[in-house]
Amino acid sequence: MATTTDAGQRPRRSALTGGRHLADRLFQGITGVAASIVLIIVAGLFVQLIWRSWPAMKANGFSFIWQTNWDPARGIFGAGAFLVGTALTAVSALILATMVAVLVALYLVEIAPAWVARPISYMVELLAAIPSVVYGLWGIYVLGGFVKDVIGPVLTNTLGTFIPFFGGTPRVTGLLSAILVLTIMIIPTVMAVSRDVIAAVPGSQREAILALGATRWEAIRIAVLPYARSGVLGGAILGLARAVGETLAVTLVIGNRVSIPDTIFAPTYTMASVIANQFQEAEGATHRAALMEVALLLLVLTFVINVIARILVWRVTNGQRAVVIE
Amino acid sequence: MTTASTESLFTPATESLFRRRRTTDRVMTIIMLSAAVLAVTPLVLIVFHVLTHGIGALSLSLLTEDPNPAGRPGGGVRNSIVGSAIMVGMATAIGAPIAIACGVFLSEYGQNRLGTVLRFLVDVLAGMPSITIGLFIYSLVVLPNKKFTAIAGAMALAVILIPVVARITEEMLLLVPRSLREAAFALGAPRWRTVMTVVLPTALPGIVTGLMLALSRIAGEAAPLLFTSLGNQFFSTDPFSAIDALPTRIYFYASGPFDYWHEQAWAMSLLLVGFILVVSLIVRALAGTKVTVRQ
Repeated sequence: MATTTDAGQRPRRSALTGGRHLADRLFQGITGVAASIVLIIVAGLFVQLIWRSWPAMKANGFSFIWQTNWDPARGIFGAGAFLVGTALTAVSALILATMVAVLVALYLVEIAPAWVARPISYMVELLAAIPSVVYGLWGIYVLGGFVKDVIGPVLTNTLGTFIPFFGGTPRVTGLLSAILVLTIMIIPTVMAVSRDVIAAVPGSQREAILALGATRWEAIRIAVLPYARSGVLGGAILGLARAVGETLAVTLVIGNRVSIPDTIFAPTYTMASVIANQFQEAEGATHRAALMEVALLLLVLTFVINVIARILVWRVTNGQRAVVIE
Repeated sequence: MTTASTESLFTPATESLFRRRRTTDRVMTIIMLSAAVLAVTPLVLIVFHVLTHGIGALSLSLLTEDPNPAGRPGGGVRNSIVGSAIMVGMATAIGAPIAIACGVFLSEYGQNRLGTVLRFLVDVLAGMPSITIGLFIYSLVVLPNKKFTAIAGAMALAVILIPVVARITEEMLLLVPRSLREAAFALGAPRWRTVMTVVLPTALPGIVTGLMLALSRIAGEAAPLLFTSLGNQFFSTDPFSAIDALPTRIYFYASGPFDYWHEQAWAMSLLLVGFILVVSLIVRALAGTKVTVRQ
């Protein structure tokens, strides 16, 4: 908005004082260089990873994506198992987190009085500030035990009796622990976006349906949710991107074994965790290049997910996000 | 008593429909409330466990000594604390000027298509997995120099900091009332002068807030450091050699075999979470406006 007035002013000002014009252009140039650094970093990320994984891409071909064997000692590299591990953990966490987060967001916007909503909102957002490694530590020594002793037996005795995937021996580290840790980690992301898009639903929508005699829940179901749906979806996908890229918390609790999990307690790998776990001790250039290729795959995946999410969120909130001022 | 009056007005079928709708409303309200309680529980639990597990291992020697050789209980993590401080400081020194300048560009010259594209890229960069950023710096800095260095770690952290601070700077600059700019323009000040002496100082509290939040975020990052600063058993302040950091040491100790390592990992988590919560509370208390950083 400031630009429009200035665009009109600039020729006159520069006509008066040429020196100022030069300083202004210099200023624009310097800040422009800083801004283009972001562009360079994003481009550099892709370029560097493509470059470093090029030998692996040539050696492994496209089958790298679905090939599930990963045997560094014999030089066999396929990222299929990691893709399955990533998809299983991230999507399950997303479903669990979205269910909780949307209900919380609805509670905060539609029901809770301000003095309740503010602290709850703040506390949920603080979850996003806790470092990944601390989640990992807590995941192994607290949550893992809970999974093994409480959640695990309950699951095997109920769902496990007729669905083999929920059977097996509960373990401290494995798929389920990773899913639960990820769920907790992405709840704040999904909650914050959902809360904003739900708050952005015009009050007249609610008032209209309430005036027709609807209960509060009916107002939410009929007037609020359909309106906020695509924004909530955007928030959920943003959470998915976070879950896919989450590294150390998952590395610590997922058990780290190259295999497609046969039960919900089985140890496995995600793309991010195999990189964190194997890169430092990688034997030889081919192993390292293959891990770079996994990283490239991860980068492309999160890039695509992010782009979709940003477009969805942008469309609903008209660009007002990232920073919230109340 | 209400039943008596409604019974006289509506048929029993309608009455039961009313009751069912009211029950659904109550049940859903209770479900939403429990979801809120459920979402807050992990934070309470994590803070509780970090406190109870961490406080026992927290001691003066933890802060003033360096790690013992593996397997010998005792020792401390002075090297990690100092290393974290050095790298976070360097990352801020590298990243903050770029981020703030980028934010200035976005708010001053970015109300067009170019700005939209850049803003989008900044958001995309903010969403990149931190481990890939670590590999990016590994490939760009560590491999050519054949050396893990503190400066490489700081660069990886700076890449994480830049998009966060750039976006906050932009939002804060756009919040500065237009009348302030107009007043400066009316006095004949050129644009750069208006920005540097009027707009930026006005927005400074907000920018500092954002910077502090970004700082507390990179202080907890371990994934980008694994392949850049690597970690170091020994005390080091040399920016051109491998250096330790709190999050990487927590990761190392948490996955290690010794009990005293686990205890020290909890104590380090207590330091880290304490730092982050304190920064977050200070920011909240200082800022007149509520600012939150999101993924």
